[in-house]
Amino acid sequence: MSHDNAKSRDQVKTMNRSGLTRLLVSKLKAQEAVVGGIGNTNFDLWASGQRPENFYMLGSMGMATPIALGVAVAQPNRKVFALDGDGSILMQLGSLGTVAAAAQKNLAIIIWDNGLYQITGSQQTLTSKGTDLVAMAKGAGIAQSYWASDEKHFEALVENILSNDGPWFIAARIDGEKPAGTTERDPVKIRLNFMNGLSAVKP
Amino acid sequence: MSTTPTKETWSEIVVRVLKANDVKLVTYVPDNVLLPLIKLLHADPYFTVMTPAREEEAVAIVAGAYMAGMRGITLMQTSGFATIPNALASLVCPFQIPLVMMVSERGTLGEFQQGQAMVCRTMRPVLQSLGVEHFAIQQLDQVEFVVDGMIKQAFSTQAPAAIILSPLLTKRVAA
Repeated sequence: MSHDNAKSRDQVKTMNRSGLTRLLVSKLKAQEAVVGGIGNTNFDLWASGQRPENFYMLGSMGMATPIALGVAVAQPNRKVFALDGDGSILMQLGSLGTVAAAAQKNLAIIIWDNGLYQITGSQQTLTSKGTDLVAMAKGAGIAQSYWASDEKHFEALVENILSNDGPWFIAARIDGEKPAGTTERDPVKIRLNFMNGLSAVKP
Repeated sequence: MSTTPTKETWSEIVVRVLKANDVKLVTYVPDNVLLPLIKLLHADPYFTVMTPAREEEAVAIVAGAYMAGMRGITLMQTSGFATIPNALASLVCPFQIPLVMMVSERGTLGEFQQGQAMVCRTMRPVLQSLGVEHFAIQQLDQVEFVVDGMIKQAFSTQAPAAIILSPLLTKRVAA
């Protein structure tokens, strides 16, 4: 994968968030936890099938990565994914440094980057104007930070995450298509399902 | 022969009470008043201590760990508290996560910076409007009872709690 990994945002294929979310979920066979950030990221995770190990964040934009980090710290033998959008991670770039400093082996951050605040009317985010999130993650200290070149490469990266130590940061360029569903917004139900999915005894 | 017993400090009492309540994870953004507690926590292998860049992260890490079965606490200063109302209102409160916060109160009883004094006045109205249990510890002999009680209540009622450390506790020279 070495030559595929050396790409920048403007050199990679624009893919589809629903498709990639389903591809990711299809690879999860060991009750991996997935924390979905707000908005369309969340909706597509919901639409990919309501796994009990999924957490659907509502509000608290930017918090998907630190929530996932907390899950990963508490359950170091379970792989944990944070899924988030470019607008969200741009609000909490310090969390990339926190993840790097924690050197959390069982954590992967996946960012869907369409360069848009899609849900509020598709205003441009900073990534449309030159900010490269993979370069930022590398700069924050996450050595294993990559752009997914295409679907095949994304799949290979996910397989790598599942069998090797992190932390990982993967960004995929995606289009402006609508999500495939809408999350049911019942916070306590979401939390209890997630805690059951993680077999977490109420601490 | 008489020996003067060494009095336990507020920070030593907090460490003991955290352990007694299985609170293992600590996230914080530094503060000078919290320094003695922070030093004890780092020195004690019982605790997993994390130092994120912002208080919102500190809140979310503890929230995530709770859902995965681990108890935590987050430490911050009053000005740090002023950065987390959205995380409280959209994550901690609606999801009923028993986030325990310890906030060192700066901005009152001898503050020299106007900004600190003003931000301090926002803390209680935010806690009240969100219905978050809070209590300001003023005396050493209150520390054990209040910290223990607020931690236990948070976890048994599935609700956040803010333990405020008043300058009366942390700055006043003992009589």
